[in-house]
Amino acid sequence: MSILNSTGGTRQVPVPVGRYAYLTFCALVFLFLVAPILVIVPLSFNAEPYFTFTEGMLRFDAEAYSLRWYREIVENEEWRRSLVNSLTIGISATVLATVLGTLAALGLANAHMPARRLVTGLLISPMVTPVIIAAAGMFFFYSSIGLGQTHLGLILAHTALGIPFVVITVTATLAGFDNNLTRAAASLGAGPVRTFRKVQLPLIAPGVLSGGLFAFATSFDEVVVVLFMAGVEQRTIPRQMWAGIREQISPAILAVATFLIGFAVLLLFAVEWLRRRNGSAPSRR
Amino acid sequence: MLLVVPLLLFVGVTFLAPLGMMLLRSVHDPVVADALPETLGVLAEWDGEGLPPEAAYETIARELTRAREERTLGQVAGRVNRVESGMRSLFTRTARGLPEVTERPWREVMVELDEAWGQPAVWNAVRATGQRFTARHYLNAVDMQRLPDGSVARQPEERRIYLSLMWRTLWVSGAITVLCLLLGYPIAHLIAHSPPRRANLLLLLVLVPFWTSLLVRTTAWIVLLQTQGVLNDILVAIGLIGDDGRLTMIYNMTGTIVAMTHVLLPFMVLPLYSVMRAIPPRYMDAAASLGATPTQAFRRVYWPQTLPGVGAGSLLVFILAIGYYITPALVGGSSGQLISNMVAYHMQTSLNWGLAGALGGIMLAGVFVLYVLYDRLVGIERLSLS
Repeated sequence: MSILNSTGGTRQVPVPVGRYAYLTFCALVFLFLVAPILVIVPLSFNAEPYFTFTEGMLRFDAEAYSLRWYREIVENEEWRRSLVNSLTIGISATVLATVLGTLAALGLANAHMPARRLVTGLLISPMVTPVIIAAAGMFFFYSSIGLGQTHLGLILAHTALGIPFVVITVTATLAGFDNNLTRAAASLGAGPVRTFRKVQLPLIAPGVLSGGLFAFATSFDEVVVVLFMAGVEQRTIPRQMWAGIREQISPAILAVATFLIGFAVLLLFAVEWLRRRNGSAPSRR
Repeated sequence: MLLVVPLLLFVGVTFLAPLGMMLLRSVHDPVVADALPETLGVLAEWDGEGLPPEAAYETIARELTRAREERTLGQVAGRVNRVESGMRSLFTRTARGLPEVTERPWREVMVELDEAWGQPAVWNAVRATGQRFTARHYLNAVDMQRLPDGSVARQPEERRIYLSLMWRTLWVSGAITVLCLLLGYPIAHLIAHSPPRRANLLLLLVLVPFWTSLLVRTTAWIVLLQTQGVLNDILVAIGLIGDDGRLTMIYNMTGTIVAMTHVLLPFMVLPLYSVMRAIPPRYMDAAASLGATPTQAFRRVYWPQTLPGVGAGSLLVFILAIGYYITPALVGGSSGQLISNMVAYHMQTSLNWGLAGALGGIMLAGVFVLYVLYDRLVGIERLSLS
């Protein structure tokens, strides 16, 4: 990124009207992007069961704000179980996807890899297949092998959906990897496993971790497969929110939403931090 | 490279096999063939006009009774019912009313039970659903049907739904893509040509929604757009509309388009941004120094260089929009539904899994074509993640 760069690449000729129009338009688009998310947060502290700002809230009357919806979700058995389910399924799927995906990315990086394009295409296909189709297929398949309405079935399904992210990020990190390092390790007598553990893994670790975070975020936010495959026992947070929006609409879901927004910001900062550590800005190319 | 094998096997079993199974279901349906094998054997000889021979009545009477005992009758009747309405009740009623033994010809007994057995249409429906492998679901998915004489024709007008729904999905996805481009291009440009600190801050405004749960964003739009929602409250408060004139902005197509544009906008901005960032500002300076007006410089120098980003972002948004399910289901009402919602409907409500499979198969083919196009133009390994 050039530091010489002035703020307006295209509009250097002084036409302030055009420039202001452009900046106003951009400001409105940014507003469009973040306003919906920002509106949720204060509303989750609404003392009344409404989805809009009460007069008291607008006057900043302390009475109009409360933590009742937060109390409600903390005390609610279903929400607690859904959190446990989301974490169990998300973490298991992430570990599986990260291990398998990293191995595969290492294999794909091999210069002698046959049919690389086809294999990459197949491995990434879960990411571009419309989820509804994947979910429909998985519903038939997993019920037919006895994994319908089980945690294991959902873990396997979410692993499949998370794998493309790991493959992509790790592949991108490996693209900047200097193969002379592994040769050097080998010439010094290290076996392949030792080379991987001591040389390669530490260097690609940021890519592996951010791939894992993407996989986790995918599982944590996934609802379509869960809708088709999960029974009451396997309901996750998104599934519970879906029910909240569809069936019994209550501001409690705004409290959950606020929690999820905080979680998203946390994940975002983690990934950005890893990217910076990785230096080579893998997937932004 | 053996390292790829475990994952390939894993994806094969957990993902590709399910897709294959769904596609198989869209062309393969053995329920009727398994339940009525002898009847179908007799019907194979029948010319499709007039009534089938007595043997057909005798075998179907026996096989319906057996299906009832084995509790598969409901499934069989449901299958035939999809081709010819009224068959479900006819089958269950008949199976219940059939006598153990009969002295008279079976044809007489059955026509007496229900006149429908005297109509060739019933038998044609049985024969049509008796094929193990069938293109019926695909024909159905494009609003066609097979007539008793074997020819293919369009469905009657009131039963044509899917083509117009596919058409609607395509234009809505196109509209969303164009909207994303119109909104995304200027901000990608602003971010790409801001000083690093400000660029990072602005990028954050794109990335926070990108990482926020889809359900949260959809909920947010419900909160904003519903009749008693924030936006309507604001409009009423500033006197732009009366309290009785609140706008309906959600649970219809508007809701679907607004919410989906919001969800997909980052997928447009990020590829655009990465392309624009690589364009040296010197090019625009050079154009200006050679006497180009800003418009000319933009059109002839800047825009052509951003085309790879425009292509990548548009294709990605379009592919994702075509398969969208959650947002239309939650904020689309009845007029804002897309083809995915129909797949879900046939999976969960009508239980016509063959048809759901066929609709899915058609979608999959469409997405596959776009995917290959994306691979050719951009390269899949460059699918932008952040």
